[in-house]
Amino acid sequence: MRRPTTIFIVLLMCAGACAKKQPPLGPQPAPPPTATAPAAPPAPAAPPAQRVEESVPVPAISEDSIGNRTLDDLNRNSPLQPAFFGLDSFELDDAGRAVVASNAEILKKYPTWMVTLEGHCDERGTAEYNLALGERRAVAVKTYLVALGISPDRLRTVSYGKEFPFDAGHGESAWSKNRRAHFVITSK
Amino acid sequence: MNVTLGTLVAACAVVVVAAQVPQTPPTPAPQQPSEIQLVISGEPGTPPRYAVPDFVALSPDVADAAKTLGQVLWDDLNFEREFYMIPRDTYTTIPVARTPEEVPFNAWRELGADAVVYGTVQKADANTVRVQVRLFNVRSRQSVFAKEYTGSATTARLYAHTMSDEIHQQQRALRGVARTKLTFASDRNREKVAGPVQNRDVKEVYIADYDGDNQRRVTTNRQLNITPVWAPDARGIAYTSYRRGYPDIFIALIYQGIQETPTNGVGQNWLPVFSPDGTRICFTSNRDGNPELYVMNRDGSNVRRITNNPAIDTTPTWSPNGTQISFVSDRGGTPQIYIMGADGLNLRRITQNESWADRPTWAPAPFNEIAFTARTGPGFDIKVYDLASGTTRQITFGEGSNESPAFSPNGRHLAFASSRNGGRYEIYTMARDGKNVKQITRDGSNYTPSWSN
Repeated sequence: MRRPTTIFIVLLMCAGACAKKQPPLGPQPAPPPTATAPAAPPAPAAPPAQRVEESVPVPAISEDSIGNRTLDDLNRNSPLQPAFFGLDSFELDDAGRAVVASNAEILKKYPTWMVTLEGHCDERGTAEYNLALGERRAVAVKTYLVALGISPDRLRTVSYGKEFPFDAGHGESAWSKNRRAHFVITSK
Repeated sequence: MNVTLGTLVAACAVVVVAAQVPQTPPTPAPQQPSEIQLVISGEPGTPPRYAVPDFVALSPDVADAAKTLGQVLWDDLNFEREFYMIPRDTYTTIPVARTPEEVPFNAWRELGADAVVYGTVQKADANTVRVQVRLFNVRSRQSVFAKEYTGSATTARLYAHTMSDEIHQQQRALRGVARTKLTFASDRNREKVAGPVQNRDVKEVYIADYDGDNQRRVTTNRQLNITPVWAPDARGIAYTSYRRGYPDIFIALIYQGIQETPTNGVGQNWLPVFSPDGTRICFTSNRDGNPELYVMNRDGSNVRRITNNPAIDTTPTWSPNGTQISFVSDRGGTPQIYIMGADGLNLRRITQNESWADRPTWAPAPFNEIAFTARTGPGFDIKVYDLASGTTRQITFGEGSNESPAFSPNGRHLAFASSRNGGRYEIYTMARDGKNVKQITRDGSNYTPSWSN
């Protein structure tokens, strides 16, 4: 009795997923997301945060250049910028909110993307407590993304504490890069 | 591994020589002609002086084991600082005894020894050795301790550790730690996590003997495996693993090769710690949306939340009798150490003057203390809070950063992670007064030690 129903549902889900995979095509206006997004408040350019690994100014994003890229490639040079935090803080400041808002626009443009929000800390805290601090950072970003209209079903959070520094250095320039919420695209 | 303890050869029946009694307290020596005296004492006011020469190899193919037995037993006996251990390089002029009857007591006495170990090792059959050991009172020339061990030829260190624990027990009524182990997380394999983000170092759980020998890898999943803690039976290790892409609690039964997953599928969970009786685990979880502390049975049943605060609550440790839990919370604005009942009631904060405090670890009885990590500058140091007096003492002083203290089961030592030697974190042990610092790991970076029973 149950089995045929289940299979039917699975088939439906597959169909849905396949259909969703099609990116919005040609005729739509499709403004590059970093450019003026009409609805959102004019995102104050987020340059302070962008000087991280992706030091190159965000390349002009076109539908094709993003849609065609593999997951690995997307994550290596991600259109989703990291949000940075102050020392011992898990609150998004203005610059952090601007970055998250900009990422939210991209996520709206690609509604099939699933994203893991990683919370990271610099090396100055203790390993144990930083696991919780990173968790709070990831949750802070998730909360803001949801407030901006992104479905929580698309977002996972995970804290890595200070286990995975992005910059292995030992100065403020390294630390400020490591206090971050990092966006990882897990499926598209 | 088949250690046969036994054959108490001449341990008992040592009659105190009347002349020895007056050397101890000046009380008029009661005439007790048949008193049994097993404890070897030193000169008044000083610890007894021990000599541990190489064991005697009674067959030629056990020469290495004979040397190892002497050196490891000397190191083990030295570790607790109950005895003055006479350096082994001063024994060279003393004749080697081939039998117990030949022990040159006059020569040992000239060296100032109050006690001397005489041991032998020989092949019992192809894969088995027989180790005999005696502890002699040099003044009375009596054997006060004698044991024989038979087992694998490859575990000489274990025989020495066992002797040390038994001698500490007999001579000092002290529970030694020579057979205990450490567990910790290490990136020494220099592997990278597979995944969308590159250049992330794998950490795996390792174990080592208390003296750093015999280091072995426990986990092999090439992910992040951190914060391991021993189960009280010293056969299981609970740890935080990201093998499923998020932190969750696993228990490795290291002698059976079995993994248990008590929190399976509910939220994200990290920093497990066993109750002293091993029946429960306290841990941090985000299952209700915020890092809070929970207690569950070891099999994952009967989960109870014991903190309820919008701030972070994490890093628990149990009191020795299992009725209280100390933990870290930033509810006051910064991470600080708190204590509460294991039911979550009767909360109080114990660190007042720290800017950042983490990893409380409750000392076993009789020490009523909690060691913790405290920020003291750019890095951290280990401090110890005395619950009776409410005072705090510092036991490391800015040599690198010193973090994640873990008490030995007798409470006389702590393991910790320190960056003092070149910036990389390694595991060290030290006495509870901060002295006798000893480096345990030297390969890769190593973190968050736990000390087994």
